[in-house]
Amino acid sequence: MERIRRNPTPPPLAERLSFWGFVIAGLVVSVIFLMPVVWSLANSFKPAAEALAHPAALFSKSFSLENYRRLEGVGAGWVVYATNSVLIALGTVVLTILVSVPAGYGFSKFRFPGQSLLFVIVMATMMIPFQSILTPLFLILKFLRLQNSLTGLVLIYVTFQLPFSIFMMRNAFDAVPRALIEAARIDGASQATILRRIMLPIALPGVATVAMFAFLNSWNEFLAALIFLSDQNKFTLPIMLVNVSSGIYGIIDWGALQAGIAVTMLPCILLFLALQRYYVRGLTAGAVK
Amino acid sequence: MAFPTSPAPVAVAQGATPTKPRPPAQPAEPKGWLGLVFMAPSLVFITGLFLIPLGMTLWMSLHNWPLLGRVKFTGLANYAELAHDMQLWHSLGFTLLYTVLVTTAIMAVALPLALLVDRPLRLAGLFRTIYFMPVVIGFGAASTLWMWLLNPDSGVFAQLLRGAGLVDSAPRPLESFWPALGVIILMVVWKTAGFTMVILLTGLQAIPADVIEAAKIDGASVFSRFRRITLPLMRNSLLLALVLNVTSSMLAFDQFFIITQGGPANSTISAVFSIYLASFSSYRLGYGAAMSFVLLVVLVAISSVQLAFLRQRPEES
Repeated sequence: MERIRRNPTPPPLAERLSFWGFVIAGLVVSVIFLMPVVWSLANSFKPAAEALAHPAALFSKSFSLENYRRLEGVGAGWVVYATNSVLIALGTVVLTILVSVPAGYGFSKFRFPGQSLLFVIVMATMMIPFQSILTPLFLILKFLRLQNSLTGLVLIYVTFQLPFSIFMMRNAFDAVPRALIEAARIDGASQATILRRIMLPIALPGVATVAMFAFLNSWNEFLAALIFLSDQNKFTLPIMLVNVSSGIYGIIDWGALQAGIAVTMLPCILLFLALQRYYVRGLTAGAVK
Repeated sequence: MAFPTSPAPVAVAQGATPTKPRPPAQPAEPKGWLGLVFMAPSLVFITGLFLIPLGMTLWMSLHNWPLLGRVKFTGLANYAELAHDMQLWHSLGFTLLYTVLVTTAIMAVALPLALLVDRPLRLAGLFRTIYFMPVVIGFGAASTLWMWLLNPDSGVFAQLLRGAGLVDSAPRPLESFWPALGVIILMVVWKTAGFTMVILLTGLQAIPADVIEAAKIDGASVFSRFRRITLPLMRNSLLLALVLNVTSSMLAFDQFFIITQGGPANSTISAVFSIYLASFSSYRLGYGAAMSFVLLVVLVAISSVQLAFLRQRPEES
């Protein structure tokens, strides 16, 4: 008789154990992944003496912006480098969108002989790493008088953003129902109007993904910036970081370095937290199939 | 490494099969060639800053090409020199060693993480976000951040190890080869494991729940379920993760340039680092181009082999 009574039975022990195991393991790993960033941020606000004595402490007795002020004295000052990075990232984002949206539209909605070959060539750019064509790119930029210029760097970043972006936009436009376009055409809408009024609103999430990848990749890029920029006033944030980390007369200003790291990584982290779903969508674009 | 976290190769995996049946030409579309107008700007970029430089790499590699001064055609002389360049072979060997070790380490961390967070819970979503966060930090910032963590004077690791009484004097991992390689691998795993985790997660989530349920009812143990069902069914995303990790590791540069600076005793100079030194430190552009071309052939070969595996459907193999 006991067994018939409908007591709300608690979940079996094994299930509860497995849940708490998951929570504890997850938290431990979270701490491991978070701590390097947290330590760095905490130390960027510590006075030098305290950072040296207690680097692992999360809270310091005195809060100080002295590291950020000292970073202003590095080379041309961090504000100049941050401005360069912002200009390059925004330039890359805008130009990548302006070029890849029409191209994605073209590959999605038009058919002509040789089109698929063209698409293969565009996609091949992804197979071949830009590191292997750096040497001629250097000469081409010199020929165009764009060496040591932010514009030249933007053009290179856009080129290597294009295959992924065109692929993304083509898929986005593929998702627009054909009936909708037909209806607009019958109503007398021009190509440009169809693209702007009907296609773009539907393809907008794809544009967000493209923009986010263009921003992060150009903001974080190191090798091309190292090679193509030679003037101290043109450097970007990653180049500034390396200059600080190589020290002056063998002495590294760790405090200024922490401040620089914070300035460089925080925009990326905040952007990721705000627009996470667009980022993950882009990552899984190819993996789901 | 410029675009290490870029999803570009992800898309390649799919974009490389553009011959897949696309919807047939739309009969209602009046002017197919109009599409070229929309594509034109992108074709200008890709021709001018990709196809032409690609051809130039081959052309330059056949020349003695100093930055200033006369360019001279030398045929295959650069390639002959490559064959005897011990430093280059050493750097290629080192890059392969690094690729094998770091890819193994990343997979060994990312697969358990993917299994851990593959739950329909809010908390699992939060964990995913946290594990993924270092991926969006650039290699430049991550490398300098780890340089500080590792430094023997004011670094966190040195302080923690000393505080725990594990060591008497602060360790200096960058002064010998294996410890240096070890800490670089640790940094790269921290920075990129989340990326591989997401790729593997898409594979895991594509496995139908009823298959697992059925195996459970048949009494299959956790391990045999994992080995016989989960692993084979997520084969494609495993292979994809492998391709992406191998290609990006073969192109590693930032972390070796920044953290180890190629040392100790030039033992951590990667392949891209050698190209950088030849072209932009010695300004031997022709020789650098020849090295680039060799690296390009190696990489394309690796990705083609892996993609060929990838394109096979499990049922065909």
